[in-house]
Amino acid sequence: MRRISRITVAGAATASLALALSACGGTSTSAGSSDSKGDKGLAIAYDVGGKGDQSFNDAAYAGLEQAKKEFGYQTADVEPTEGETGADKEQRLVSLAKQGYNPVIGVGYAYASAVKGAAEKFPDTTFGIVDDETINAKNVADLVFNEEQASYLAGVAAAKSSKSKVVGFVGGVDIPLIHKFQAGFAQGVKDTDPKVKVLSQYLTQTAEEGGFASPDKGKTAAEGQIEKKADVVYAAAGLSGQGVIEAAAAKKVWAIGVDSDQYEQEALAKYKDSILTSAMKDVAKAVYSLAKSVEDGKPETGIVRGDLKTGEVSLSNSNPKFADDAELQEAIKTAKEKIISGEIKVKSS
Amino acid sequence: MKKFDKERVLLAVAGPVIALAVAFVLSAIVLVASGKNPVEPFAVMFEQAGFSDIQVLIINQASMYYIAALAVAIGFRMNLFNIGVDGQYQLAAMTAAVVGAHADLPAALQVPLLLLTAVLTGAFWSGIAGVLKVTRGVSEVVATIMLNAIATSVIAYMWLPDVFGVKVGNNNTTGEMHESGWIPGIDLGAAGEIYGLVLLAVLLGIGYWVVLNRTRFGFDLRASGASSTAAAASGVDPGRMVLTAMLLSGGIAGLAGLPILLGDTHTYSLNFPTGIGFLGIGIALLGRNSPVGIAFASLLWAWLDKASPELDFHGYDKEIAVIMQGLIVLSVVVSYEAVREWGLRRQQRRVGAELAAGHVLGAHNNTTKEVAGR
Repeated sequence: MRRISRITVAGAATASLALALSACGGTSTSAGSSDSKGDKGLAIAYDVGGKGDQSFNDAAYAGLEQAKKEFGYQTADVEPTEGETGADKEQRLVSLAKQGYNPVIGVGYAYASAVKGAAEKFPDTTFGIVDDETINAKNVADLVFNEEQASYLAGVAAAKSSKSKVVGFVGGVDIPLIHKFQAGFAQGVKDTDPKVKVLSQYLTQTAEEGGFASPDKGKTAAEGQIEKKADVVYAAAGLSGQGVIEAAAAKKVWAIGVDSDQYEQEALAKYKDSILTSAMKDVAKAVYSLAKSVEDGKPETGIVRGDLKTGEVSLSNSNPKFADDAELQEAIKTAKEKIISGEIKVKSS
Repeated sequence: MKKFDKERVLLAVAGPVIALAVAFVLSAIVLVASGKNPVEPFAVMFEQAGFSDIQVLIINQASMYYIAALAVAIGFRMNLFNIGVDGQYQLAAMTAAVVGAHADLPAALQVPLLLLTAVLTGAFWSGIAGVLKVTRGVSEVVATIMLNAIATSVIAYMWLPDVFGVKVGNNNTTGEMHESGWIPGIDLGAAGEIYGLVLLAVLLGIGYWVVLNRTRFGFDLRASGASSTAAAASGVDPGRMVLTAMLLSGGIAGLAGLPILLGDTHTYSLNFPTGIGFLGIGIALLGRNSPVGIAFASLLWAWLDKASPELDFHGYDKEIAVIMQGLIVLSVVVSYEAVREWGLRRQQRRVGAELAAGHVLGAHNNTTKEVAGR
């Protein structure tokens, strides 16, 4: 009997631990209550990680804030639950559309099938999906980015800045989306200086294991690469990237940020002198543009691609040491022009 | 005899009921502490349970929780802690999806083939832990946790484009399964569709009860769980029991992902639900390893999952449901232990009272009556 209750306690401890872990992603949200009247506008539904990931969920939120301020309508942003199914995601989008929000945007490719289903049920609502281009419907805008192009430029910057001829790439999770960052980065490095070696590492196999949310994992990975002589490390790892930047700052090597301009981020102010540049992906602008197009009565539809040409992916210039390096800037400018003109085709995997 | 049964039912029901009540009260206190209305969130969630589309979501989700919890419960009955249900069901769903995408038999053969693939994969994965325990004495807790991590890597390997993976946009999938392997659901119109394999969950529950309570194997299993030395003394081979229980637990775990795989997604992608195996542990505990109890527990869990998103639209945080799930698990352990001790004391008191009555009688008559009074 005693052994049974011991195993019960062990089971309960594990189960509650699992619950505690899964509860970490959430923060308080303040969606409008459904009974309030008035003009309803943009609604976004986050992917796992949710608001506060310092990465693309937050970028989407920034776009929402801008739309809210500008158009003065009611907005909503909703977080997912851990381990949910596609049916739950669809339920969430349907629920938003039912309450009159328009447009409704699913942040992250995980929403693909949900957006498809919800768009069929609400043909008069415009839906958006970030990072997926497989949905082809009249009332759906696929907001995708050529992340590999900005990563290519990051590779050029890394190769030019490296003295040890070794650079590192830290990916958050081993998924196709992050492979794009790696592929572009590696190609940029090789095209600039074939002698430079690229070390690549992914933190976890699945997002559930915390590859996008574990600065400690990022720090360990970056330290390992720096030990192997890497003197520029590029992180495409969401929140985990903070650990990479921290490790780079501690060892006085360069870090390259991702998604937003990490040089300007308050949370990273301590390390900003080590942040060479950031490969930016302007999810905020894409979200805002879709909201604006709906507001203007001409909703976007089909694939809306952000690339170097439209400026929705780019390399940030806020570190003066980076911006004032004429040779580096020249190399990046040439590469950028070649990508835009199609002379350089950047691989995406 | 009749009275004894009532006592047992009372004890069995008291634990969960007290746990739930305590969890509700504590959640309400959390709400009050954060300056919110402690009643409205529950009202909203109860209201949600009345909507048919939510009911469909609840039943679908509960079917997967139920199967996973049964798998955990089999281990518990044998005093084994199969913490690897999570890896077992994911790997099994993966292999079933791969087989379903490449084999194309008539439905009458395809569906059994897929079920068998899942069962065998799950059993194989837990069997590794079973063999290690029997032959090398490795704790099944450690082995299955490790196997979870390995399963994740195996799945990532199988997702590679030159292995079985098919890339769809930014998602990894295993390609769409052939339609002969799809299991039609119960179509409820606007409310949605109940997975066909919900029926499988029910059958498994019945099978679990029959095997454990009406077969020799079930008796051996429970006996080994209660006391392995006593069971061994009465002729049960403990090694074989451990291995069989692990295989059985893993085989059932393998089925946990199939309701959604064969009923809805038809592919194993990055969106496939994870963590059901871990939730199954809490659900098995709450359900006291009984097939009926687990059914209630998985419905309760699924209700908390599916009704809580609505809270976001009423100015509350849906994490209340997660807090509540955590509180339930904690209070379950405390209340079960408390109820067990209370039951024990009650029993002792009653026996004592009867003995005392026996003494009184014995004082008047002879000692044989006192012995009979026991």
